[in-house]
Formats: sequence, structure tokens, C-alpha cells
Amino acid sequence: MIEAKNLTKRYGDKIAVNDLSFRVEPGRVTGFLGPNGAGKSTTMRLILGLDRPNEGDATIDGEHYRDLPRPLQTVGALLEARAVHTGRSAYNHLLALAQTQGVGKKRIDEVIHLVGLTEVARKRAGGFSLGMGQRLGIAAALLADPSVLILDEPVNGLDPEGIVWIRTLMKRLASEGRTVFVSSHLMNEMAVTADHLIVIGRGRLIADCSTEEFIERSTEEVVVVRSPDTEGIAAAVEREGGKTTLGEDGLLSVTHMQAARVGELAAAGGFVLHELTPKRGSLEEAFMELTRESVEYGGTAATPQAAPQAAPQPQAVPEPQGETR
Amino acid sequence: MTTATHAAGTTPDIRKAGFGRVVLSEWTKIRSVRSTVWSLVLLVILDLGFTALLCGLTAAQWSKTDAAAQATVKADPTGTILGSGFFLSQLTVCVLGVMVIASEYSTGMIRASLLAVPRRVSMLAAKAVVFTLLIFVLGTVVSFASFFIGQPILHDKAPVALGDPGVLRAVVGGGLYLAMLGLFALALGAIIRHTAAGITGVIGFVLVLAPLASLLPGSLGKHVHAYLPSEAGQLIARAHQADTDLLTPWQGYGVFAIWTAVLLVIAAVQLRSRDA
Ligand SMILES: Nc1ncnc2c1ncn2[C@@H]1O[C@H](COP(=O)(O)OP(=O)(O)OP(=O)(O)O)[C@@H](O)[C@H]1O
Ligand SMILES: [Mg+2]
Repeated sequence: MIEAKNLTKRYGDKIAVNDLSFRVEPGRVTGFLGPNGAGKSTTMRLILGLDRPNEGDATIDGEHYRDLPRPLQTVGALLEARAVHTGRSAYNHLLALAQTQGVGKKRIDEVIHLVGLTEVARKRAGGFSLGMGQRLGIAAALLADPSVLILDEPVNGLDPEGIVWIRTLMKRLASEGRTVFVSSHLMNEMAVTADHLIVIGRGRLIADCSTEEFIERSTEEVVVVRSPDTEGIAAAVEREGGKTTLGEDGLLSVTHMQAARVGELAAAGGFVLHELTPKRGSLEEAFMELTRESVEYGGTAATPQAAPQAAPQPQAVPEPQGETR
Repeated sequence: MTTATHAAGTTPDIRKAGFGRVVLSEWTKIRSVRSTVWSLVLLVILDLGFTALLCGLTAAQWSKTDAAAQATVKADPTGTILGSGFFLSQLTVCVLGVMVIASEYSTGMIRASLLAVPRRVSMLAAKAVVFTLLIFVLGTVVSFASFFIGQPILHDKAPVALGDPGVLRAVVGGGLYLAMLGLFALALGAIIRHTAAGITGVIGFVLVLAPLASLLPGSLGKHVHAYLPSEAGQLIARAHQADTDLLTPWQGYGVFAIWTAVLLVIAAVQLRSRDA
């Protein structure tokens, strides 16, 4: 089990992780979601003792990472940035790691085979493609057969076959009773992999619930109504137990009611309908909606700490900005 | 004392056994990078090559050399022979010492290393032990080889034998000097965490500071010069003290060791406190 308590990490005056608390339970895949720059990788580095939190604490099975006697036997980690000497072969890289834990050579061959690098195991890791490097990172994570896995965007650079493979692998590891904590910024990817989701935005916790619940909550059917008399329709719908919100664009959104019933109610009340559209929000949209709100919250919160973050958009989505320049 | 009654999993000496494993791992790391192997080959070639070259030149130019220079060589042929070998080869030790640690930062390997050994100082200590021992063994072998190459070349002009007072100590001292130099470079590399900058820093210490210090006026310059790391350290590889030396060989080596120890402590403190 991984436990984060009030984790806070600042780089200069930038808050990367802000008072973040959560638990990652064993026996299931826990997805760690957030847009670019949300603080996922930073949180993982804090858990792994690579970076020190300014406040708060992270433990694995109740211990700090640095106190684990043979850490790789407890936690296997795949980091976002490469962590391999480019001049060393995959085999020797794994050998050097294995020796620190007293792991035998047989296991090295096993994990190399498992990730499909057998043919290039004796080649310099510097010449590996992105996907091969990722596979080597996964091999290192699995090396000492750990009970906790922390994987930062493992599908990065993998081909479709590789993606299916890692997905199956993570599910299998979880079903064996291990703790699997995996980050991504792709909601759809997590929807098919994770049993549980922890969503963060700008370093803060936004959601911590089962994937099922998250999907149900966020892909609820919405009926969009355009009418000169939204007020009348809203009243009729609410009387029947539906819920409505009136958008700034004058459109009425109805939930908890089927489109047909909304139409019937409009007809019965004699209201003119210009449009009646049932919509099922996509997961990706729901995710963006959720994290966008967190960004707005971060920007408008009247605390002195939040003040320097006054320009939410560019900070929340740094990568596309850099590319368009 | 440990009997079967001890529950499996509660091995009390798990951490003591740990350091040996980290040392083994660091040895694997060093030997499995081609650039380290090539640097070591270069060390041997440069050391022996320059011993032969410089000693040969000294012998060939003997009649044209002034009496004072001849006297210096005669007073300590061992120092001349070993010094000819170090002259360039010590730079490979400097470069390698920095690279052994700084390349972990430039490639990101440091993160994998620290995940495997989160007690960071023990990783640094293991690396230092392995590298220093490696350079000591190789340096001593090279030092003996250098002596036996230079000795016959200079024999007619400045005879010396391994059994002469101080000579054996100086030849072994050649290995000791290179080993400490390697450790010094490794410590600086660990502090600077950047290969090119680290190499520049070490070479600055070894090659640039010494001539600069001799520019300082009077006895101040002399003292500063004598206490510089590589200047003080090299005394161990000379069989005879010059009258002008402020330090004995072992004092000099001690000064070099203190410099190195200070840098190592700074490196360890930084390693513990900085984000990786
Ligand atoms: N070492 C560092 N020094 C300075 N700022 C940092 C550092 N690491 C992260 N940050 C900042 O902290 C914030 C969170 O970064 P982090 O890498 O944790 O995000 P992320 O959720 O992993 O994003 P992505 O999906 O792009 O991987 C970013 O604004 C980033 O610029
Ligand atoms: Mg990241």
C-alpha cells in the first residue's frame, strides 16, 4: 500500500504538488491522472524518495522508501525520464541493479525475456528506441519481483501491441495482490486499465474514486434543450425529478431524464422546442472538464499562495504552448 | 548464533551485508562501460609511453643539459622517471574519476542507482571504494612498469635501484598518488554533477593552480604551492626530498588526503540533501 499524507513540493516559487493526500490499495490497478504539469511525476518521485517533499510524507507499506532494506524487492518503479547509462548494455544495467538486491542472474534473463529484449540485451542501451528504452525500464521495475509497482506513463513510446501487453501485465500483477500505481494523462487508456482513479490538477487532488463510479458520474446522459421558453421547460422537468442547468449560451441542460420524456413534457406544457439533443459526454471530455475546473479554482482562489499562479491556462498546458512557438 | 528458530525475513544483518552488494554492483557498473575501459588503456599507454619518451630525451640531451638540471635528475632519478609517466596519464585518471559519477547524472542512471540504494551515501562510498582500489592496483602496476622502463634508459647518467632508500616507497607511492587523484576527481565530479564542468574543475586544480600559485610573491606563493592537492600529493612518488620541499612525502600525501576528504564530505552532504 502507498500512502501520501499532505504532500507538498515547491520548485522555487512554483508549487508542483499541493497538500496531496491519498492511498493506493493493493490488489487493483490505480490510475493516476492529470493533465501535463499536474504533478504526477513529481508525486511519484516524492514517494520514491528521489525528491524531498517540503511538507508532508509518503510511505510504502508504512515505511519511507529510503528505509526499505532491499527497496527493489518492495517497489518496482518506472520513471518518466530515462534512468539508464547510455554506454551500458541492457543486461549489465539490470545486472548492476540486481546485485544491489542479491537477485540472481536467472531472474535477469527472465525479465529480459518477459519484456521482449532478448535479442538486444547485450547491446548498448544508448542505441535503444523509445519503446525499447521503456521496455528496459519495465524490466528494471519487475526485476526483484516487487509487491508495489509505480509506473510513470508506461505506455509512452510503446506500439499498439506493447500497449496491450503492458495493460494485461498490469492487470495480472494487480490480480496477484500487488499494488499497481500507474500514471497517465490519457483518460481513455486509464478507463480500460484502472480499477480505481486518483485525479489531480495543479498539484491538488480532484477525484479519488473507482473507475466505474467516475465513468458513470462523468458520462451521464445530458439532454440539451434550445427553446424560447427554457424557464417553463425547466420547471416542468424539475417537477418530474429531472435536474436542469441553464448555460450562459441560453441552452438548457437536463440530466436524470430521457430525451423522449423531456419532449413529452414540452408538448404537454405547450412549449416551443427549437432543439432537443441527447448527449453522452465522452470520458476524455469529462476529464478535461474536471481538470479545467481545478485550474480555474487554482487561479481564482483568494489565498496569497495561489496569487502567483494567476495565469492558469499556460501553466496547466505547458507543452502545446512550447510547440506552437 | 543464528539458528533455525529465527523467523525467516527478519534477518538482522541485512544492512551490513548490503554494502558488499553495493560494491559488487559498482564494480559491474565500472567494468561494463566501454569508455572506462578505454580510459584505463589510455592511462597505461600514456604513462609508459611518456616514461620512455621523456627519459629517452633526458638521456639523449644529457650533454647539453646544464649542471643544475643534471643534479636534479641525479638526486632523484625515481621522481624523474615516475613524473615523466604521470605527466599526461594523470589526466586520464582525472577525467575518469569525474566521469564515473557525473555520467550517472548526465544519463539519468543516478535515479536508477538511488532507487536501488536509497541510502545514498553508501552508493557514493561503494563507488569511491571500487574506483580508488581499481586505480590503486592499476596505478601501482603502471608505476612499477614505468620504473623498470625508465631505469635502464637513465642508467648511464643517473643510476638508481629499487632497493635504494625511499625508491620502493616512491614507486608504490605512484599508485597511491593516482588513486588519491582519482578519488579527488570523483568527489569533485559528485559535487559538480556535470562531466565537462567537473573535468575542467579537476584539471584546473591539477594543472592551472600550481603555476598560478608560484606567481604569488615570496614565501606566500611557496606555501600555497606546496599545499595544493596535486603538488603535495606527488611528493609520495619521489624517493628523495629536495631541500626546498616544505613537506615530507607522507605529510604531502596527508595534505592531499585532507583535500580529498573535505570534498568527499561536501559531496556526501549534497547527495543526501539535494533532489536527484
Ligand atoms: N525538477 C524540477 N524543477 C523545477 N520545476 C519542476 C521540476 N519538476 C517538475 N517541475 C514542475 O512541477 C510541475 C509538475 O510537474 P510534473 O512533471 O510532476 O507533472 P506531470 O503531471 O508529471 O506532467 P506530465 O503529464 O507532462 O508528465 C510542472 O509545472 C513542472 O514544470
Ligand atoms: Mg510526468
